[in-house]
Amino acid sequence: MAEERIPLIETVDLKKYFKVGDNALLHAVDGINMKVYPGETIGVVGESGCGKSTLGRTILRLIEPTSGQILYNGDDITQYNARRMKKMRQELQIIFQDPYASLDPRKSVIEIIAEYMIINKTLPTKRDIFNRAAHLMDVVGLARRYATAYPHELDGGRRQRIGIARALSVNPKFIVCDEPVSALDVSIQAQILNLLMDLQDEMCLTYMFVTHDLSVVKHISDNIMVMYLGQCLELTSSDELFEKPLHPYTQALLSAIPEPDISMRNKKIKVIKGEVVSPVNPKPGCRFAARCEHCQERCHQEAPELKEVAPGHFVACHLCDGPI
Amino acid sequence: MSNAEKMLDIKDLSVVYKTDLETVYAVNGVTLSLEKGATLGLVGETGAGKTTLALTLMRLLPERTGKVTSGSITFEGENIIDLPEAQMRKIRGDKIAMIFQDPMTSLNPVLTVGEQIAEALLVHNEVGRSKEEIEARVDETLTLVGIPPARKREYPHQFSGGMRQRVVIAIALSCEPDLLIADEPTTALDVTIQAQVLMMIRDLRDRLGTSMIMITHDLGIVAQTCDNVAVMYAGEIIELGTAEDIFAHTMHHPYTDGLFASLPNLKSKTARLQPITGLMPDPTNLPKGCKFAPRCSRCMEICKEVPPEVYTEGTHSIRCHLFHQSKEN
Ligand SMILES: Nc1ncnc2c1ncn2[C@@H]1O[C@H](COP(=O)(O)OP(=O)(O)OP(=O)(O)O)[C@@H](O)[C@H]1O
Ligand SMILES: Nc1ncnc2c1ncn2[C@@H]1O[C@H](COP(=O)(O)OP(=O)(O)OP(=O)(O)O)[C@@H](O)[C@H]1O
Ligand code: SF4
Ligand code: SF4
Ligand SMILES: [Mg+2]
Ligand SMILES: [Mg+2]
Repeated sequence: MAEERIPLIETVDLKKYFKVGDNALLHAVDGINMKVYPGETIGVVGESGCGKSTLGRTILRLIEPTSGQILYNGDDITQYNARRMKKMRQELQIIFQDPYASLDPRKSVIEIIAEYMIINKTLPTKRDIFNRAAHLMDVVGLARRYATAYPHELDGGRRQRIGIARALSVNPKFIVCDEPVSALDVSIQAQILNLLMDLQDEMCLTYMFVTHDLSVVKHISDNIMVMYLGQCLELTSSDELFEKPLHPYTQALLSAIPEPDISMRNKKIKVIKGEVVSPVNPKPGCRFAARCEHCQERCHQEAPELKEVAPGHFVACHLCDGPI
Repeated sequence: MSNAEKMLDIKDLSVVYKTDLETVYAVNGVTLSLEKGATLGLVGETGAGKTTLALTLMRLLPERTGKVTSGSITFEGENIIDLPEAQMRKIRGDKIAMIFQDPMTSLNPVLTVGEQIAEALLVHNEVGRSKEEIEARVDETLTLVGIPPARKREYPHQFSGGMRQRVVIAIALSCEPDLLIADEPTTALDVTIQAQVLMMIRDLRDRLGTSMIMITHDLGIVAQTCDNVAVMYAGEIIELGTAEDIFAHTMHHPYTDGLFASLPNLKSKTARLQPITGLMPDPTNLPKGCKFAPRCSRCMEICKEVPPEVYTEGTHSIRCHLFHQSKEN
């Protein structure tokens, strides 16, 4: 894969535990090692509640990690003090699923887009800032006549464009996209995905893209990480994951995709059986064991490690112990 | 279809949001009906008026701005548009339940997740379950939506987006309504949990004959679960048919064609997606002819001037001038 390249973002054994009640720790992110190279997109998929949003926020230090390192261009940003981090934050941005909740309802579109530039004083005058905000409206395809509109007057697709314009305003290098198109219909979704990919090419942006839509993640990602209860189960290139999913959970996930094809209609919906495991004080062993068809004795005792089983294909499962 | 089988009959319904400055024409002359036990998929562009339609059925439009300007809604034989609020409150939650698009609007931030589910179960406790039985039901309900029961003592803010959505779904289903309106119920869920939720909904339908309106932009879910499909654009139903009509036939409204063309394909890799160009018209100032005309690649002169009539062939109807022409030819 990468020879000499330095990842733009690398996490080393990154953990985020939440305290829930006395003596109870919720392992939301539990030892994630990932590398994202400049200009690439890493897709993150997994069960709802498995820690995708927490991972994204922790990488940006919007939530403080419990332990582990976050390397940005090789530099550990968990060691940065508040002042240094504030400056850094401009390069690390996030776009949310629900643009509405993240937009100040009392500000007009242009004011929202200018917001971060004003806070960070990225340009010398207000006038420069508003000029740039207007330019960004063009970049994301928002007609300038909406400059004075308020977010509630706009539809989901246009609101999402505001969120993107605001994120771009401070010249970020890395953007966490947390389900940015989930609330949009397929046509607007396609427009936004095309926009994100064009911006990536033009500005050499690096994305971490969280979504539940597997056809979207396949389309946009170079590599995909599959998470389950805070851990990475499988990590490989987008094509390889869909062609040769190795982890039993990944296989279950891919087989549950509802297809827009009526001939599959009476196919029984496949449901993963077995007990749902809590991320609070998790037991040792494989976290998927209670629901895995292939579970053996060993799986309950020993947690499988993430291993490279084929070039660039990492899996954490005892079934894939030897090279395949 | 005789009237007796229809559990819901919407006729020529129009809804606006009126403020001092402007009037948003959100729903424009919608006619739809739903039989007992049937599932209707409602798809369409963001801002097409799907949520507004659902809120109107629940009589939950924002009081000051939202107004029904025409039409009727007959639910189980009764026009509910003018029903007194007290009577409507009884229908809501008991006969009609809604899963809201934003789960936080229906969750109480200061009650634990378990307390909120128990509350919903108590409202419908005709059989007089004991406290322990209710608690056992809470555990069971959480397990069904894939949340470990031990987490019932946590608060909504401690849950992920999809977990909150599952709690809302669990509450709506525990009401065992006659009509369930689900507004994007599974957008925040991964496909395995989604499959589980869809199974629960199917089970409710098979057990109690629940009718459903499923608002979603996931055409996969529509194909797998809906009997009928309505495609909405700028407040109008522009295409209506059985799942077969929509997914297996080739004759479609140009907007519906555009929706299918926008989908990323799982099987082949495309460099670029093909969205419908342009955006929805401004709902305060809709085009006078076909509302899709400004974006339609097949737009004709007549389209800009005259709103198209509905063209019907069996169970399938389309609102587009193209189909009137082909009928005459
Ligand atoms: N502030 C918090 N306090 C306690 N627990 C939390 C908090 N935030 C998240 N969690 C828990 O951490 C776990 C991971 O949550 P997270 O929001 O990262 O999941 P997710 O993968 O993004 O899920 P979804 O797909 O539903 O958005 C969940 O079990 C959640 O309940
Ligand atoms: N409270 C409100 N006041 C004014 N306009 C509103 C209000 N709620 C919705 N609208 C407008 O009414 C139109 C229909 O909105 P609605 O929320 O019903 O669409 P939708 O089809 O549910 O869209 P989405 O897929 O984004 O949820 C939109 O133009 C929207 O901006
Ligand atoms: S380690 Fe064992 S339980 Fe875990 S996924 Fe592999 S086979 Fe299944
Ligand atoms: S009526 Fe005309 S503009 Fe409207 S969808 Fe049909 S062809 Fe296109
Ligand atoms: Mg999330
Ligand atoms: Mg809506």
